[in-house]
Amino acid sequence: MSEKIRVLLAKPGLDGHDRGIKIIAAAFRDAGFEVIYTGLRQTPEQIVNAAIQEDVNVVGVSILSGAHMTLFPAILDLLKEKGGGDILLFGGGIIPNEDMKTLEKMGVSKLFTPGAVTTEIIDWLKGAVASGKKDEKIL
Amino acid sequence: MFDKSFWDKFDERRKKWHETADQMPQKTRPKFFTISGDDVDILYGPDSYDASKSLENIGLPGEFPYTRGVHHTMYRGRMWTMRLFSGMGTPRQTNQRYKYLLKEGQNGLSVAFDLPTLMGYDSDHERSKGEIGKCGVAVDSLVDMETIFDGIDLGKISTSMTINAPASILLAMYIAVGEKQGVPSEKLTGTLQNDILKEYIAQKEWIFPPEPSIRLITDLMAFCSDHVPKWNTISISGYHIREAGATAAQELAFTLADGFTYVESAIAAGQDVDVFAPRLSHFFNAHQDFFEEIAKYRAARRIWAKRMRYKYKAKNEKSWLLRFHTQTAGCSLTAQQPENNLMRTAFEALSGVLGGTQSLHTNSMDETLALPSDKAALLALRTQQIIMNETGVVNTIDPLAGSYFIESLTDKIEADAEAYFDEIDKRGGVLRCIEEGYLQREIAKSAYNYQREIERKERIIVGVNDYVMEEDIDIPTLRIDEAEANEQLATLKKVREDRDNDKVARTLDDLTACAKGDGNTLKAILDCVRVYATEGEIVDALRPVFGEYTEPPMF
Repeated sequence: MSEKIRVLLAKPGLDGHDRGIKIIAAAFRDAGFEVIYTGLRQTPEQIVNAAIQEDVNVVGVSILSGAHMTLFPAILDLLKEKGGGDILLFGGGIIPNEDMKTLEKMGVSKLFTPGAVTTEIIDWLKGAVASGKKDEKIL
Repeated sequence: MFDKSFWDKFDERRKKWHETADQMPQKTRPKFFTISGDDVDILYGPDSYDASKSLENIGLPGEFPYTRGVHHTMYRGRMWTMRLFSGMGTPRQTNQRYKYLLKEGQNGLSVAFDLPTLMGYDSDHERSKGEIGKCGVAVDSLVDMETIFDGIDLGKISTSMTINAPASILLAMYIAVGEKQGVPSEKLTGTLQNDILKEYIAQKEWIFPPEPSIRLITDLMAFCSDHVPKWNTISISGYHIREAGATAAQELAFTLADGFTYVESAIAAGQDVDVFAPRLSHFFNAHQDFFEEIAKYRAARRIWAKRMRYKYKAKNEKSWLLRFHTQTAGCSLTAQQPENNLMRTAFEALSGVLGGTQSLHTNSMDETLALPSDKAALLALRTQQIIMNETGVVNTIDPLAGSYFIESLTDKIEADAEAYFDEIDKRGGVLRCIEEGYLQREIAKSAYNYQREIERKERIIVGVNDYVMEEDIDIPTLRIDEAEANEQLATLKKVREDRDNDKVARTLDDLTACAKGDGNTLKAILDCVRVYATEGEIVDALRPVFGEYTEPPMF
């Protein structure tokens, strides 16, 4: 992969817990990704608009408030609606197993819970972006 | 304390001992350091702290500088309050949880509000979608607070409320519930978190910019001095600073620096330090490094007492006391093998007790997955009851005092905190440091360092980077669904229909006028809540005058 992976990281909803996303942002930067961090309290519209404008490969979203079943589907729908259907959406937070399965079925690529290590997330992301690109070529 | 011949002998023995010990392998861990990243020596001894200053620095419990505890009798005279932070879904559900915990032996309440409430939005606001009742209980108007405390006598229980930006509104509602129960405000006991500075630094639930926020706080302090004299007006909080990734010394330094800022603001507003200072309380994290945490609490008491006495010239001994609540570290819990969190929480809680806490919250094992279930909350409560009744640690006060290691760590953390106070002063004070992002950056740096230590396996977290198991995590968790949100929305709709809307409009206008002038905002807010103005309406009445705070994204 010659091109740098471009990632938009965002905190949607009212949640202010930003320790996790800041660590991810710093780890992604150190792994050589292009990182755009939106900051706190972004609406799904703001996140999707920024993702499309910045032409990112991936959107990463952190939710620790329990609003995941509202916010992830809203972001997924808007990505499709606004022509960003090829952008991967992944996330992390306080998310029960059952919800995780439902969200991954809906189209969220991957969800991580507290305790996930950044190398695991980085490896997953590199793989996911690479296989996404391969798919494009086949198509 | 020791004479020269002692030290001569000691140095010789110590030298010899090292000659042997240094030859032996010490490889069980890649590094021997605290959770804050400070190196720990293999052995501490009588040379590790200045025992000749024991009377001044360590002293006796209940006596200045209170290193050993704020009371003469500590847990022999009065146990810590078992206060589980709880709240979920609707006021009705939360009321049921409170009654359950009280029945099982809890003796104080601690209210967790949902995010819309923390941020000053009503449940029917666009931004509240998906968040109603999710990480705490939803409160829109006085009706909700009446339900939460239904059947609970506010004259007999103390209540802590974790609320910051809209703290005045929730305290006003609590006072109004008291009035309805026939309990005068003078008799109410409890604590408001009301610590906005740490919101800008770490927890990030703000509404207004710092200056008007500080005015709301000083207004509240003045009102409580006159009308709610037993209420702890601010719980100066390190918990969230630590959760955001700070080290123990940073938690201590930034928290106490915030505290000094409140003290200075109230003095500048013309209040008497000896009237308001006895009503300030503190709130610390109990993280996993057992000895470091105990040293942190001891250092905290000593620093606070000295500053209050010598710098702020408080004369009332009660103004010197650093009384604190402790919560075990949420950030230490793992989603992997969640039952392990029971053990983590127990050790953390024990450090809080050995550190002399006045009240304690123990986290539930399932909190990395959801809000606590009944069963998980009960186990958390039982953890405290086992420490209290079975371990014997309550028999004697500050049992670790005089430990070479503990005294040395206490001195070190105090010195580290003092270095931070100097740095904060040099940069123009806490508000200036928040503005330029200094405190936030320091915390983010520590958080990232800690994470990298885990990833390099310098730290082992059981179930995370060692002892990993393939598992399908399947413990029962609490669900808050749309049904609860709808119930809350229906209650709010009914409130808006049933109340006297002319009165509401009038009190809200009066509040706006008060905010523009220099009246006491809490007094005006109390008039609003009594006629069932909602939290969102009250915030909207203040917003045009006070403005809104936003933070530039940084990492």
